Amino acid sequence: MENFGYLLAAFSMAWALVFGYVLLLLNRQKRLQQEINSLKEVLKEKAS
Amino acid sequence: MKRNIQLWLSLVLMLVALYLVFVYVPTEKEMGIVQRIFYLMVPTAWLALLSFLVVFIGSTLYLVKRGLKWDILAHSSAEVGIVFTTLALIVGSLWAKPIWGVWWTWEEPRLTSTLVLWFIYFAYFMVRSFASEEFRGARFAAVVGIIGFVDIPIIALATTLWRGIHPPPLIFQGGLAPSMLLTVLVSVAAFTALYFLLLFQVISMKNDVTEVRKLKELRG
Repeated sequence: MENFGYLLAAFSMAWALVFGYVLLLLNRQKRLQQEINSLKEVLKEKAS
Repeated sequence: MKRNIQLWLSLVLMLVALYLVFVYVPTEKEMGIVQRIFYLMVPTAWLALLSFLVVFIGSTLYLVKRGLKWDILAHSSAEVGIVFTTLALIVGSLWAKPIWGVWWTWEEPRLTSTLVLWFIYFAYFMVRSFASEEFRGARFAAVVGIIGFVDIPIIALATTLWRGIHPPPLIFQGGLAPSMLLTVLVSVAAFTALYFLLLFQVISMKNDVTEVRKLKELRG
């Protein structure tokens, strides 16, 4: 199949970029949530 | 719950799109199998433009109403938009090489104006990063978001206004066979669903950043 390599490269790059970005977002979300939970714990201790 | 619905919708649409692209739609006679890149190229290019439209709307409303939520909307859409614009440029090159014989040509107005859009997105982030204060960075970025919008109609009309090697508009001009039209429309729908899923996720995270800031102020 002529030029199949270009088709494969295009779809592979697309999915790699999208999944890479999604993983980045999930990682950022996880760190933010941990930071929020930790700050809430500190404020709870301060209040008590 | 709403995020789950968005996630499942994106997933189902994407799977249907993949089936249509690789199984249903017949191979185009002139370009052969590589023509299927069209079903990836159109959605990514569409999202590059849609994202910046949202940046423009958010930026305008931020400058007019000053609400932080509008800046968050613009900033979030810019983040997702630069990903899809990058993808559109890469995918475009991978299609250009076998069809036009070159990875890139500066003489093609649509390609050049899309690259300009990528730099506008980049400038949007740069002015935010280099501003001395956050609210100042948001205002400068909003100005970039509004002025940069002038590139969107240039990209959209490039193949109509100027003669280049990029094909003229086909989709709504009856230039596609019904099976190809269905495939490209489903692909666009699938990627648009993905865009909104990512956009709302990024907005949610930027709201979390605001919450972290508030909690740090309370902590002292």
